[in-house]
Amino acid sequence: MSTEARSARRAHQFGRLFIYGSLIALAIFYLMPLWVMIVTSLKSLDEIYSGSFIGLPQAITFEAWEKAWGQACIGTACDGLRPYFVNSLLMVIPAVALSTAIGAINGYILTKWRFPGANFVFGLMLFGCFLPFQAVILPMAQLLGSLRLSGTIPGLVLVHTVYGISFTTLFFRNYFITIPDELTRAAQIDGAGFFRIFFSVMLPAALPIIVVSCIWQFTQIWNDFLFGVSFTAGQSSPITVALNNIVNVTMGRKQYNVDMAAAMIAAIPTLVVYIVAGRYFVRGLTAGAVKG
Amino acid sequence: MRSTLSLKDRFSRWLPRLVLSPSLVAIIVGVYLFIAWTGWISLSSSKMVPKYDFVGLEQYIRLWSTPRWETAVANLFVFTVLFLAITIAIGLLIAILLDQQIRAEGFLRAVYLYPMALSFIVTGTAWKWILNPDLGVEKVVNDLGWTGFVFDWITRPEYAIYCVVIAAVWQSTGFAMAIFLAGLRGIDTSIIKAAQIEGASLPRIYLNIIVPMLRPAFLSVIVLLSYISIKSFDLVLALTGGGPGNSTEMPSTFMFSATFRRNQMGVGAASAMMMLMTVAAIIIPYLYSELKEARNEH
Repeated sequence: MSTEARSARRAHQFGRLFIYGSLIALAIFYLMPLWVMIVTSLKSLDEIYSGSFIGLPQAITFEAWEKAWGQACIGTACDGLRPYFVNSLLMVIPAVALSTAIGAINGYILTKWRFPGANFVFGLMLFGCFLPFQAVILPMAQLLGSLRLSGTIPGLVLVHTVYGISFTTLFFRNYFITIPDELTRAAQIDGAGFFRIFFSVMLPAALPIIVVSCIWQFTQIWNDFLFGVSFTAGQSSPITVALNNIVNVTMGRKQYNVDMAAAMIAAIPTLVVYIVAGRYFVRGLTAGAVKG
Repeated sequence: MRSTLSLKDRFSRWLPRLVLSPSLVAIIVGVYLFIAWTGWISLSSSKMVPKYDFVGLEQYIRLWSTPRWETAVANLFVFTVLFLAITIAIGLLIAILLDQQIRAEGFLRAVYLYPMALSFIVTGTAWKWILNPDLGVEKVVNDLGWTGFVFDWITRPEYAIYCVVIAAVWQSTGFAMAIFLAGLRGIDTSIIKAAQIEGASLPRIYLNIIVPMLRPAFLSVIVLLSYISIKSFDLVLALTGGGPGNSTEMPSTFMFSATFRRNQMGVGAASAMMMLMTVAAIIIPYLYSELKEARNEH
C-alpha cells in the first residue's frame, strides 16, 4: 500500500471517529434529562438532598411514584395525579376520534368533490394550523360559558376538536390528493354514491394517514396546557395543568422525586406512542413543512 | 342542461358541500369571528368582563407604555434569535452527520427527536430541576472537583431567559433535524461524488453546495420555529414562571396574566392581537408561497 493511500485511509478513519463521537455526545445530551428524571423519581428525598443528582439510586424506591399518582396535593385536594390522568383520557379519546373523522371527510371532499372555491376554503382552514390561540381564548371562554360548558371535559373536547380540524384536514387532503381520481370515478360509474365511495374506496386506502392523524392529535391534545389552564379549574383540569400545580407548590421541603415521578407520569402516554409509532409521528411533524 | 337535473342529482351535487359546511362554520366562527371579537375587545374599555364600547387605540397605547410588555417583547426578540440560530445550527449538524451512512441511524434519530413528543410542561419541570444550582448541574460539576464552577442562571434575572433558550433548543432540535434530513435525502448524491472527484473536501462540499440547496428546508424550519417561539407559553410558565421578577416574561405569559390575573382584559386582548399580527406576517406569505408552488407543480 502506498503511503498516500494509507494516509487517505487514516483520514477517513479519523473522519468516521469524529462523526460517531459527535453523534454519541449529542445523544448523551438529549438523553440526559430523561435519565435524570427517571433516576430522581426512584430516589428517596434524603438521598436527593444529600447531593445525588445524576447517579443511580442507592436503593430504588417507588415511593415517589405512589405519591405522585395517588397522594400528592393539587390545590386543596390530595388525590395525586390519577383523577387528572383520567380527565386527560376522557378529553383526548373523543377529541382525537372526532377531529380525525372530520378531517378525513373534509380531505375527501376537498380532493374528490372539488367545487368552485374549494382552494379558498382549504386556505381558510390552513391558517387555523398556525393560529396563536391567545387570539381566541377570550371569546372561546365566553362561548363555553354561554353553552354551560366552562370548566368541563366536554368543553375541552369541543375546543380541541374545532382547532384540530385544520391539521387533520391538511393531513387527509394532502394524502387523498395522491390517490388517482380514476379510482373514485370508476366507483361512481358503478353507481356508488358519496358516502359509499368514502367508506369503501377512500378509508381502506387511508390507514397510514389515519394513524398519522391520530398520533399527531393525541400528542397535541394530551400535551396542551393553554386551553386546559384557561378553561378549567380544580378537579376538571387535564394532567398538564395538574402537573404544573404540583411542581409549583412552594410549601415545605421541595419533593423533587415526586415532581419527577409526576412529570414521568404525564410524559409516559406520549412517549409510549412515540416509541411504538415514531415513524408516523415524524410524518405528522413534517407535514406542516411539506407542500400542500 | 341544468333543467334536466333531477332533484336527486341536485342533492348529490350539493351533498359534499353540505357535509363540509359544519367544519367551515366551526373554522369561520372559531378562528375568524373569534379573532374579530378579540380585536373588538382590544378596542374597548374591558377590564374584568368584556364591555362592548369603543375607546379607539387606548388599550394599545396602554400596552406599549407598560414596562412589563416591553420586557416581554425584548425577551421574545432575544429568545427567538438565539433559539432559531442554535436550533438550526445543531439540527443541521446532526442531519449532516446522520447522512453519512451511519450505523444505528434509526435509533439515533429517535433519540434526538423524542423530546418533541413531550409536553413543554414536562420539559420545563425536568430542566428546572437540572438547572437548579443547589442540587443540579452546578453541584455535580462542583463535586467533580471544579469548585469554582457557577451555573445559577435560572436564579438571575439577567440570565434566566437563556435557560428558557436551552430547554427550548433541547426540545426542538429534533424537529429541525427531521426536516433537514428529509431535505438532504432529496439531494442527488452524485453531486457529492462529482465534487469529491474534483478534489473538494467534504466540509467544503456541504458548506458551498449542499447547504444552499437546502433553501426550502431552511424556510420551513425558520417559519415553524418562529411560530413555536411566539406562542411559547407552557415552557416559560413551567420553567421560570416568568421570573425571577418579570425577567422572563414573554408576550404569551403577559397576555395570560393581564387577562386572567390582573383584570386588564382590554390590554390582554391588545397583546393577543399583537401576537396574532406577528404570526400572520410570517405565516401568511409562507402559506401563500407554499400553495402557489404546489399549484404550479400539478
